[in-house]
Amino acid sequence: MNGPFAFALGLGDDALIAAQRLAEWTTRAPEMEEDIALANIALDQLGAARLLLSYAGELEAAGRDEDALAYLRDDREFLNALLVELPNGDFAVTMAKLFFLAAYQLPLYTALASCPDERLAAIGAKARKESAYHLDHGALWVRRLGDGTEESHRRMQDAVDHVWPYTHELFAADPAAPVDPAGLRAAFDETVGPVLAEATLTRPERGWAPTGGRKGVHTEHLSYLLAEMQVLHRAHPGAQW
Amino acid sequence: MYGNDFSAPGDAPDDMPGAGLLGEVEAAEAELRAAAARERRGGPAPDEDLAAYFTEVVDAEQKIEPRDWMPEAYRRTLIRQIAQHAHSEIIGMQPEGNWISRAPSLKRKAILLAKVQDEAGHGLYLYAAAETLGISRDELVQLLLDGKQKYSSIFNYPTLTWADVGAIGWLVDGAAIVNQVPLCRCSYGPYARAMIRVCKEESFHQRQGYEILHTLAHGTPEQQAMAQDAVDRWWYPSLAMFGPPDGDSTHSTQSMAWKIKRFSNDDLRQRFVDMCVQQAEILGLRIPDDGLRWNEERRAYDYTQPDYDELMQVIKGNGPCNRERMAHRRAAHADGAWVREAAAAYAAKRADKREKVAA
Ligand SMILES: [Fe+2]
Ligand SMILES: [Fe+2]
Repeated sequence: MNGPFAFALGLGDDALIAAQRLAEWTTRAPEMEEDIALANIALDQLGAARLLLSYAGELEAAGRDEDALAYLRDDREFLNALLVELPNGDFAVTMAKLFFLAAYQLPLYTALASCPDERLAAIGAKARKESAYHLDHGALWVRRLGDGTEESHRRMQDAVDHVWPYTHELFAADPAAPVDPAGLRAAFDETVGPVLAEATLTRPERGWAPTGGRKGVHTEHLSYLLAEMQVLHRAHPGAQW
Repeated sequence: MYGNDFSAPGDAPDDMPGAGLLGEVEAAEAELRAAAARERRGGPAPDEDLAAYFTEVVDAEQKIEPRDWMPEAYRRTLIRQIAQHAHSEIIGMQPEGNWISRAPSLKRKAILLAKVQDEAGHGLYLYAAAETLGISRDELVQLLLDGKQKYSSIFNYPTLTWADVGAIGWLVDGAAIVNQVPLCRCSYGPYARAMIRVCKEESFHQRQGYEILHTLAHGTPEQQAMAQDAVDRWWYPSLAMFGPPDGDSTHSTQSMAWKIKRFSNDDLRQRFVDMCVQQAEILGLRIPDDGLRWNEERRAYDYTQPDYDELMQVIKGNGPCNRERMAHRRAAHADGAWVREAAAAYAAKRADKREKVAA
């Protein structure tokens, strides 16, 4: 599946699944301030998801709104990158996911903000400011954990090693898209490299690079996430909420 | 005049819940500004009796501030009450947080997530208010985790369906506002100011809960049943939120004299019942009380009291979810310890580096 619908859907799914995962931290964060910060970021992602899914629904012109797209598709129809669906793990894994995702979303939304599609440009302009905050927040924690205690250093390095392979999929070439993700890789590397170095962390070698999310071939985790997210909506077909 | 404007049924100008209460919060805020503008005389004279000065300030409806002398018992009472309130905000995130992942539309998910986030913010303002009394947030959190301080019993009931999120907003946030609006005029300045901010947000929560129930009550038969079931389960626990009946309440008289508390438990409970009856009618939901009827003489509704033995059991730790709520909070605190240690170690290293650069 290609074209503007799939593009908007993929980005909307990234944001939606990221929001769902981040919201799992609510009431569980290591500090009360962090509970609030993670909820903020989840709300930003959810807001972007709603705009992108609504727009995807309009592009498709088949009468599907944001909720039809979020609640009534199965995992094989979701086009998010695998990185966002990975389980939260410990706080270090969540921060690795947040940091890498933001380091991709910031240049992506920045480029979208000046693309010819006005709707995508407006979404990009709004979301890039939010991504800049997510990136600051993620980078701060990567530094704190990487250069904190022995235990936090070990956990943060493990987290980077665990999440890193999933970053490559974010930059798979799509020359026909409003923004070709392949063109964002350099900006990502420039952001990530210095933060990892400052955090006394080693950047993994390029090796295993799992992929499939953009084609609807996911990890085993997504189906469980969707089962929980969709259960109530699907139990009451056609109901208003 | 504040205090005698309990809304009688039928004369509320606005059928949206919280409208009248929000007006009272605004009135309290104006009063607070007026009290600040009046200025107290510049503190007690050198040889003046501090207790007499304290009483004079309280009686004059001025605010006691952190730097002021205050009776030790006043300080202790406030710490206990504000801490219990802060803990309630934090533990209270759990029952509603339980439905964030399953919220039935993306809009409802966003509203609920923002609401639960507001409660964390309330917890933070309140811990900060308590800290002005000379105790740290860490100490208070430890008292909660050790089971030495309480939180509101209402959060020991489970959220079994989505309608419970609506019922909590309408009834639990509603009862919280009725309880807390008078606290916006509390004699202790930092608490009064925190409560003004909190009450404004609580009134939005109540409105959102009411909207959830309204949508369900006008939805499919299954949704209507879900809404009624939630009201059936949350009604009496919400009434119990106002505490034991006046005769059995241990802290009331002194708190009234200190203007920490302004109305008795039973007065506030009555006010809540009177407010809910009319709203339930608009919702099309039944309050589960066969004894509920208008009493022309009292100009108020007669109603059935909640089960205070059950309340005492829940306070003692034997509600349906006490153990889970505490286990959840303790686990989050313990799981986060390595993260907090890392943040402290990182900050110390940075401070070290700055010192070396400066030297
Ligand atoms: Fe609150
Ligand atoms: Fe609330």
